[in-house]
Amino acid sequence: MSTSSYYVPEQSRWPIIASLSLGLLAYGAGMTFNAMSAGGSSIGPYILGAGFLVLFYVIFGWFRDVISESQGGLYSEQMDRSFRQGMLWFIFSEVMFFAAFFGALFYVRTFSVPWLGGEGEKGVTNMLWEGFQATWPLMVTPDPAQFEGPKELVDPWHLPLLNTVLLISSSVTITIAHHALKEGHRKKLELWLAATIVLAIAFLYFQVVEYIEAYTHLGLTLQSGIYGATFFMLTGFHGFHVTLGTIILFVMLLRIFDGDFTPKQHFAFEAAAWYWHFVDVVWVGLFIFVYVL
Amino acid sequence: MATVDIDLPHVKDHDHDPHHHGPAKGLGRWLFTTNHKDIGSMYLIFSLCMFLIGGLMALVIRAELFQPGLQLVEPEFFNQMTTMHGLIMVFGAVMPAFVGLANWMIPMMIGAPDMALPRMNNWSFWILPFAFLILLSSLLMEGGAPNFGWTFYAPLSTTYGPPSTTFFIFGVHIMGVSSIMGAINIIATILNLRAPGMTLMKMPLFVWTWLITAFLLIAVMPVLAGVVTMMLMDIHFGTSFFNAAGGGDPVLFQHVFWFFGHPEVYIMILPAFGIVSEIIPTFARKRLFGYPSMVYAVASIALLSFIVWAHHMFTVGMPLVGEVFFMFATMLIAVPTGVKVFNWVATMFRGSMTFETPMLFALAFVVLFTIGGLSGLMLAIAPVDFQYHDTYFVVAHFHYVLVPGAVFGIMAGVYYWLPKWTGHVLNESLGKFHFWMSFVGVNITFFPMHFVGLAGMPRRIPDYALQFADFNSIASVGAFIFGLSQLIFVYNIIHNARVGEKATAQVWDGAHGLEWTVPSPAPYHTFSTPPKVD
Amino acid sequence: MTKALLALGLSLAGSSAMADWQVNLNRGVTEISNAVFDLHMLIFWICVVIGVGVFGVMFYSIFMHRKSKGAQAAHFHENTTVEVVWTVIPFLILIGMAIPATGTLMDMYDTSEADVDIQVTGYQWKWRYQYLDEDIDFFSNMSTPREEIYNEAGKNPNYLLEVDNPLVIPAGKKVRFLITANDVIHSWWVPHFAVKKDAIPGFINESWVRVDEPGVYRGQCTELCGKDHGFMPVVVEVKPQAEYEAWVAAQKAKQAALADAASQSYSIDELIATGEGVYQRVCAACHAPNGGGVPGAFPAITGSAIATGPIADHINIVANGKSGTAMQAFKEQLSAVDLAAVVTYQRNRLGNAVGDFVNPSDIQNY
Ligand code: HEA
Ligand code: HEA
Ligand code: HEC
Ligand code: CUA
Ligand SMILES: [Cu+2]
Repeated sequence: MSTSSYYVPEQSRWPIIASLSLGLLAYGAGMTFNAMSAGGSSIGPYILGAGFLVLFYVIFGWFRDVISESQGGLYSEQMDRSFRQGMLWFIFSEVMFFAAFFGALFYVRTFSVPWLGGEGEKGVTNMLWEGFQATWPLMVTPDPAQFEGPKELVDPWHLPLLNTVLLISSSVTITIAHHALKEGHRKKLELWLAATIVLAIAFLYFQVVEYIEAYTHLGLTLQSGIYGATFFMLTGFHGFHVTLGTIILFVMLLRIFDGDFTPKQHFAFEAAAWYWHFVDVVWVGLFIFVYVL
Repeated sequence: MATVDIDLPHVKDHDHDPHHHGPAKGLGRWLFTTNHKDIGSMYLIFSLCMFLIGGLMALVIRAELFQPGLQLVEPEFFNQMTTMHGLIMVFGAVMPAFVGLANWMIPMMIGAPDMALPRMNNWSFWILPFAFLILLSSLLMEGGAPNFGWTFYAPLSTTYGPPSTTFFIFGVHIMGVSSIMGAINIIATILNLRAPGMTLMKMPLFVWTWLITAFLLIAVMPVLAGVVTMMLMDIHFGTSFFNAAGGGDPVLFQHVFWFFGHPEVYIMILPAFGIVSEIIPTFARKRLFGYPSMVYAVASIALLSFIVWAHHMFTVGMPLVGEVFFMFATMLIAVPTGVKVFNWVATMFRGSMTFETPMLFALAFVVLFTIGGLSGLMLAIAPVDFQYHDTYFVVAHFHYVLVPGAVFGIMAGVYYWLPKWTGHVLNESLGKFHFWMSFVGVNITFFPMHFVGLAGMPRRIPDYALQFADFNSIASVGAFIFGLSQLIFVYNIIHNARVGEKATAQVWDGAHGLEWTVPSPAPYHTFSTPPKVD
Repeated sequence: MTKALLALGLSLAGSSAMADWQVNLNRGVTEISNAVFDLHMLIFWICVVIGVGVFGVMFYSIFMHRKSKGAQAAHFHENTTVEVVWTVIPFLILIGMAIPATGTLMDMYDTSEADVDIQVTGYQWKWRYQYLDEDIDFFSNMSTPREEIYNEAGKNPNYLLEVDNPLVIPAGKKVRFLITANDVIHSWWVPHFAVKKDAIPGFINESWVRVDEPGVYRGQCTELCGKDHGFMPVVVEVKPQAEYEAWVAAQKAKQAALADAASQSYSIDELIATGEGVYQRVCAACHAPNGGGVPGAFPAITGSAIATGPIADHINIVANGKSGTAMQAFKEQLSAVDLAAVVTYQRNRLGNAVGDFVNPSDIQNY
């Protein structure tokens, strides 16, 4: 009976070190940001750096242990199911994280900006912002002296469209790679996974180009009113997740070169693929609601 | 739950399986542990410390409010006390206590060897001390601790916040990481590690309520992370999410916060519902009435909790339709909650009741929680809430659901299960003494708050008009009675957990369920082979 | 039980002369506030009845079905009929509450056809009232002296609920409030009107009132707005139409006198004397009565680089404030005389001794 004997992992020193690293990160980031805004200097960046170092140490160590346990055949089907569910719920939590920002975007578009511009039930508000008109994208903010609106916008049908194509293709390529893995075609797997990573990096490259363009030529910045704020918040956090996903895919590729994963047992790969699809879906939402509409 | 007939599990104190040994020695046991019982204990101890610290802050508040005029603290510091008291009680005391109980009991109740992801479990716990160290250290920072209330409304907390706000934000981030991981673990455990035969509809209600609570946590903690991240951007990177000058809206903050905040209050009560649903059948010696409807009720409460958030914002000037929608949705929650209350009463009806300490706390829970719930219903009526909002009537409402609600629920659970954990029975007379002192204290403290609230006393003020003086001094006296009686509790659990009478496996003579089939104290590893449940 | 304990609590607490034992909402003085009060009582009594019913059954079981009385546990644990009943009945009760509540809410939201429009703006920690059709504009600060707050003097009956310039409105007229804020969120509440609306910076909320009974009505700010949130009362004087008109005329005369005063010249000592009053009334809330500030939150005036540096910078920050901080633009709130006086006071007292001063006429340029 496979369920008759449970596997309970050994004690581990990684969690407590990981907590320490989070503590250092939080405290260090607090000091760094405060010093940044106050214009002083502080030891914050060192604490932050130490936090990152410890974090990398933990990631390497913890995953190394898990991988060797997994390859040692210690994990039952039941464990595998727990990992899968854990990953799915984690992705759900990420969805909710993005939902908060999308919610903010929808709120300002349907409520606050029109109200400020004198439309809708709270249109009297316009008294405070004489001359302000509600438009979306918001090119002129209610108080241009404090928040100068963007001069121009990113054209959705150039880089963003290209990036959409890139990211959707990468979702396809990773699916091909996954099928290859399940069928045991290692070469095909390596090829298509590598292709996915190339697409991902291309995506990131173009996003960086777009950001530079936005800051240097378009006058579209974090400070350029609520359009810039929502734009960078959403695309920025998405880009951050793409970066993480790319690193994860890259690690998968290294493990595959190492001969890891079998057609039956490759949960890490699957988790990475799920994560990648999630990142992709978020992008589609972004493309529609941030760039196009 | 359905009666559980058990194929007696092969539980052994000393197992020969190499993975199943007793606890490690020394500090390492606690730092590195993957054992759900160790982790559960740590959560509970942490929570108790936070309860005492948060309570101490409440006593500072109550002492200042004993008389009109400023006596003890300056207004700045008073605001810091209010804020920290709320934050610590909510995130440091109540939530970790429930996670601790979940850790201890869920594996035992469903016949699992441990939690599904034991190392992550350890990680979830150990983040908390760091997060709260950061939060508490802000008291010593220049400009003082966060002073904008536990709801930290922008722009008071952004443009006008003290420097420690940044630390508060990152503290909330890592605390959120802890909660989300804890919740994922609980869901995975419940869905995957149930013993054969333990179908979903046979699970004890405590397990059910936690399953749903965990879902709520995963859904809303990221939203909290999102809103503090927007604050961070507004403070340090010049965005204008909560600033009309750039097209944002301070009220946007409140919408996002309460989308988290309202489910959060159910996160703080659902597990208590579960605990009470375990205890009442035991001491009424009668099966829980309407088990399936209890499950459906909890699920409905959880689902409804996502569409009622703006009842905290009736006065922000929402359009009329919004006002009406949120009023109706909020009122609806009374229906499933009523089902729960009626089921508890029906369980007692024609039972054979005894009144040991856990039962006393559970009964007080039913009565006082219902009072708090009914005042909640009054708050839900939007036009009348204009008169109640941000007065002590609200403070009275939520302390009734939180203190004799959540906290009594936790205490009932501790009295109920502690013999299982330690193998020693607590001192019953001391327990009863603790109960009666708490019961009396809690009502003296919080009942008069209804009166001053209705008479017009705003909340979050360090000083008040003379007409509120008498009820405030009564409340303050009550707070000290209630607070000091918690020392009886601390003494009882610390002392008698070690020297109390030996407990039997079943502990309480009406108790049913897997956890009562294993010896007391429960062996370090409970079910090495899954028990069979028919 | 609880009652007996309350009595015990009372005797412990003693009683103070001013206090009363009000335990319920005020009925208030407007149609709306009466409707709200009736709604409140209706729902309260429904809750009481439900509570009595539920607790009645519960206590009955506790007394009758206890093991010590030899009760044997019954075996039932399900009954679909009762479950449906106790789902449907509460639902119907709720509908019964929702209907009148919605009606009252709609009345409250009807701000059309007002006779007087007043813009109410919350500042840290005072209210500003602008009569949109009358060109009247003034600030309303709490007037309870610090000595009473710090228990150095006896407290008067309106302790914390008194202001220097109350809002004045005509009786019997529909008055519309346009409520907003300058810095953080405040909330404008007068219990007797059943009006409570948040003042949101950058947005305007509307509310209205029609009071037939002349009188003085008191309320407070009800949204945490920083340090002195507890010291931000609202006082409204409702005057019969004729008296109201007289007040409007007097108010306009007062504003003209202030403009006249601004064109005079003053000596440094006169300015310092006036300035001390202004400082203690307006500035001390943040910068502390002795000029020491609150470390980390509000800078000290004593030794401040600005208050001891070029006078132009000093006037500038006081007149125009500093956006994005709690330091407000005081030229909206203070007359030119008061501005000149308080700047002069800060430069020459509170531990500073710059020796220069500024006249009101020079302030106008900022
Ligand atoms: C454990 C926590 C908890 C729980 C369970 C609840 C439960 C409820 N709460 Fe409460 N609430 C808080 C914690 C909680 N609340 C907190 C912390 C705040 C303040 C936050 C802040 O501002 O700081 C708050 C504030 C708050 C407000 C905002 C008030 C304001 O600021 O103006 C409102 C308004 O609708 C409200 C309503 C309700 C309702 C309708 C319920 C319902 O779930 C109650 C349902 C229960 C019953 C109704 C009783 C039992 C039912 C019956 C016996 C059936 C028959 C009954 C009828 C048909 C009437 N709550
Ligand atoms: C679960 C949550 C919870 C709990 C348990 C409590 C418990 C208590 N609360 Fe609190 N409270 C909140 C959640 C909670 N509260 C929240 C969310 C707010 C809103 C905050 C805001 O406005 O932002 C609030 C606000 C609040 C206020 C309003 C403040 C204001 O508006 O300015 C008051 C005032 O009386 C108060 C009082 C109390 C009291 C007397 C207790 C008592 O029950 C506490 C009793 C416990 C003790 C007294 C501890 C015993 C300790 C000792 C005896 C000393 C030993 C100490 C050591 C060894 C270190 N609380
Ligand atoms: C609500 C709080 C508040 C009130 C009331 C207030 N101030 Fe300020 N004041 C501030 C804050 C905050 C700053 C710091 C601004 C900054 O960050 O530079 C400040 C700065 C100043 C400074 C510059 C000090 C320095 O060295 O930077 C002067 C001068 C000053 N205020 C004068 C006044 C005067 C005069 C009054 C009354 C008429 C007054 N303030 C009332 C909050 C207040
Ligand atoms: Cu203004 Cu509170
Ligand atoms: Cu709520």
